[in-house]
Amino acid sequence: MLPQFPWLTLVIWLPIIGGLAVIANGDKNAEQTKRIALGVAVAAFLASLPLWLLFEAGTADMQFVERAQWIPAINVEYYLGVDGISMPLILLTTFVTIFVIVAGWEVISYRPSYYMGAFLIMEGIMVGVFSALDAILFYFFWEAMLIPMFLIIGVWGGPNRVYATIKFFLYTFFGSVFMLVALIYMYFQAESFSIPDFHGLQLGMTAQVLIFLAFLIAFAVKVPMFPVHTWLPDAHVEAPTGGSVILAAIMLKIGGYGFLRFSLPITPDASASLDWLIIALSLIAVVYIGFVALVQDDMKKLIAYSSIAHMGFVTLGFFVVFSIVRHTGSAEGAAMGISGGMVQMISHGFISGALFLCVGVLYDRMHSRQIADYGGVINTMPWFGAFVVFFAMANAGLPGTSGFVGEFMVILASFRADFWYALLAATTLILAAAFTLWMVKRVVFGPVGNDQVAALKDLNRRETLNLGALAAATLAIGIWPKPLVDVMEPSIQHLVQHVQVSKLPESAAVRVQAAPPSAGQPAGLAQVTPQAD
Amino acid sequence: MRFQAIDLFTLLPELVVLITACVVLIVDLYLPQERKDVNQLISFAGLGIAIAAVGVVGLAWGPMPTYAFGDAFVRDPMSDLLKGAVLVVTLLAFAYSARYMRERDMWVGEFHVLVLFALLGILIMISANGFLVMYLGLELLALCLYALVAFNRDSSTGAEAAMKYFVLGALGSGMLLYGISMLYGATGALGFAPVAEAVAIQGMENRFLVFGLVFVIIGIAFKFGAVPFHMWIPDVYQGAPGPVALFLSSAPKVAAFAMAVRILVDGLPGLASEWSEILVILSVLSLAIGNVVAIAQSNIKRMLGYSTISHVGFIFLGLLAGTPDGYAAAMFYAVVYALMAAGAFGVLVMISHQGFEAENLDDLKGLGERDPWLAAMMTLVMFSMAGVPPLVGFMAKLLVLQAVIDIGLVWLAIVAVVFSIVGAFYYLRVVKMIYFDKPELDAAVDGSRDARIAVSVNGLSMLVLGMFPATLLALCEAAF
Repeated sequence: MLPQFPWLTLVIWLPIIGGLAVIANGDKNAEQTKRIALGVAVAAFLASLPLWLLFEAGTADMQFVERAQWIPAINVEYYLGVDGISMPLILLTTFVTIFVIVAGWEVISYRPSYYMGAFLIMEGIMVGVFSALDAILFYFFWEAMLIPMFLIIGVWGGPNRVYATIKFFLYTFFGSVFMLVALIYMYFQAESFSIPDFHGLQLGMTAQVLIFLAFLIAFAVKVPMFPVHTWLPDAHVEAPTGGSVILAAIMLKIGGYGFLRFSLPITPDASASLDWLIIALSLIAVVYIGFVALVQDDMKKLIAYSSIAHMGFVTLGFFVVFSIVRHTGSAEGAAMGISGGMVQMISHGFISGALFLCVGVLYDRMHSRQIADYGGVINTMPWFGAFVVFFAMANAGLPGTSGFVGEFMVILASFRADFWYALLAATTLILAAAFTLWMVKRVVFGPVGNDQVAALKDLNRRETLNLGALAAATLAIGIWPKPLVDVMEPSIQHLVQHVQVSKLPESAAVRVQAAPPSAGQPAGLAQVTPQAD
Repeated sequence: MRFQAIDLFTLLPELVVLITACVVLIVDLYLPQERKDVNQLISFAGLGIAIAAVGVVGLAWGPMPTYAFGDAFVRDPMSDLLKGAVLVVTLLAFAYSARYMRERDMWVGEFHVLVLFALLGILIMISANGFLVMYLGLELLALCLYALVAFNRDSSTGAEAAMKYFVLGALGSGMLLYGISMLYGATGALGFAPVAEAVAIQGMENRFLVFGLVFVIIGIAFKFGAVPFHMWIPDVYQGAPGPVALFLSSAPKVAAFAMAVRILVDGLPGLASEWSEILVILSVLSLAIGNVVAIAQSNIKRMLGYSTISHVGFIFLGLLAGTPDGYAAAMFYAVVYALMAAGAFGVLVMISHQGFEAENLDDLKGLGERDPWLAAMMTLVMFSMAGVPPLVGFMAKLLVLQAVIDIGLVWLAIVAVVFSIVGAFYYLRVVKMIYFDKPELDAAVDGSRDARIAVSVNGLSMLVLGMFPATLLALCEAAF
């Protein structure tokens, strides 16, 4: 292959170096600093566009590959590349960061240069997570992300920020160290840290289950899944608006991405036999957390819980694959679950980001997130009201918005697996409608609640631009999801085929094949390989 | 044993340090109090030349071990790297100390002389090729440290710490000596190579060997401060003057590492299965007690003391793996730890000022506002100690864990990472104090150029080594 321009390196390091430059520029000339920050964010977004424009959609191979020695002594490489699963997430990252910078423009008065710099550095690190193809490089970015987020919540957060940020850090740190042990273990099996090599690894069932559980802890904390979700509401409530947006829109996606990049392809047999666990946790997240969201008085907390419920959908879509194969004997519908999960992740990135920005708009004016402090906002802020209603509808999965596409695909896929999965999953349509619309009713509609609300000013140009762009993205994917789905399709098909091939060493695989095939047998994946088109 | 002039060349770094110490000792007599900075300049120059000497000797002799003085002294790639590391750390220690010592009327030549002689002891330990030379280096180091801990004559806590250190250190040395005598009785040799040969012949048959081994390991664990021989560490760190604690927590750990490798790996490889089992217990206890007890400390010097103990647990993890990769990982960890400890204490020394000793966690409050650059450097050091990428502490932990998993002890790796989560909490608390709390103090931070340069080099080295660890790691790998 011809040496090509290192786009991924550019998209990773441009914002990091730009962020350092912003910090170095300091707060003496705050206006100039903000302009530089915005310039860097826009430049990073533009630099990430070629990843999409030059992307070859017909193949599941890694593209824009860059490979160089990093630590030769332990075979760690600087190995980057994207496929249809990671590329959309990188674009989501660079896209959303622009709005985070813009949203902090007037609001952040304490050390704006540090604030913007931290977000830019984090942007680069997150792109690094999505594009790393070396396990240690992945872990490197994965953990490095914690430092700026820890400082962002701790320095610019709300009253209880110290508790929230330490909880956030320790939960995530706790999750990831087990993953590190698993990665090192696999290094000794594969003799390399490259993730594609891990994918080809033969592993015994015990090893697979342990590795699967190690990954599960790491990714479940990040997603977050029930019951390790409790850091999220705290972190969201205390984080500044930009921090909440990044957390909800991108950081949670990293957990979902981890399932697709690590758990499913590396430990397919363990995933197949433990899929009931993930499905159960996902359904609990969808139903139980949906009810929890219903009773929140704090808008940010409500959206945080809604994020957990929506991410439950994502993990459901990913892990329903095995049930589909078991029930129908073919993998035809399986890809739809994963595609649905992916679309849901992208769409949730826009919608939850936008909802947090909406709460930020109100919070900047009234310094309260309590639903009870508002009422009748639409009378004084008609434009704002319109946007809130739109994003609330999207959050509830209204057809025509991106929220609908992902949820519909996941529910459709779960139907093939098990009627009850689909039924429980579909309750989210009711619950999400209930908790978001009820919040909208109490905050936006009705008579003007109090004098403060009566004095509110509508969106300024900057806020309108922010919400408008996110609304456009939400609508675009809702009305015409085909480009997005097409980009992901080959990679997801490849993944689905890959996970149906048993990774057990030969003798064990033979034993599985010898067993009489019966529907609902968890270990019976090996024999469906031939029909795997 | 015949004296050869070429032996002196092999000893060049030690000779440079010795000469520097003697020059300071003499020049100091003629210096009036206000011109004591000359001592500092001489020391800087001497250390610079010594670093160059390490390089010259290393390049001249190449990767093969070189012996001097009838095999009593060895120079090999490991000694070159460790010597370079302790010389750099000592240089940093001097740079950090100036204002602190000057303000407390401790800016006298003896400080430099004692540190340089301690350094000489470390260099001798690193290159010792027999029990006798090892013991000589160890005692030279220990005696200088006892005096340094009590350097502030008027401080009762300093005197108490020095007494404690002296009594426990003497006990540790006694144990070591007793163990050495056992091994000598069993093998009839004091050089590491002859001992290794004799052990290979006798094997486990000779119970004296195992008996001696246990005492030698106790001696090593005392010097490292591994649990259950750790009790002196927090008290001594707390009682010693800041710059002394800085030196004490960094360079001697490298010496202890060298001692462990020389004695256990070079001298007693035949007993590897025995000593690695003992090290498993010591490392698990150190990880557990170091990390858990550190949480309860409000005095930051004590907290760093317990943090030392937990890092020692990690160094032992690498050693007990018993593979070249494991030794290299432990060596990487020891060097990196020396830099981290120097950085953490260095920042404390810099924010201490006239009549005020920065030692409570609260003293760090609001450092982010008082001095953003210093705060950033301290943050880098803390995250590095916690083992968060992109800082070098992560790489050190990664290598050690890799070595442990390589020999199949996955459970040990899991124990280690679980306690490193516990450890992350108290490092985060320091960062929290720095950035999330409002300042309580308004005193000026050390603005001297030397200290500024030292802290910048020290802090940024965390980041640079973390992102580009390949060179240092290659040097460590070359040593085994």
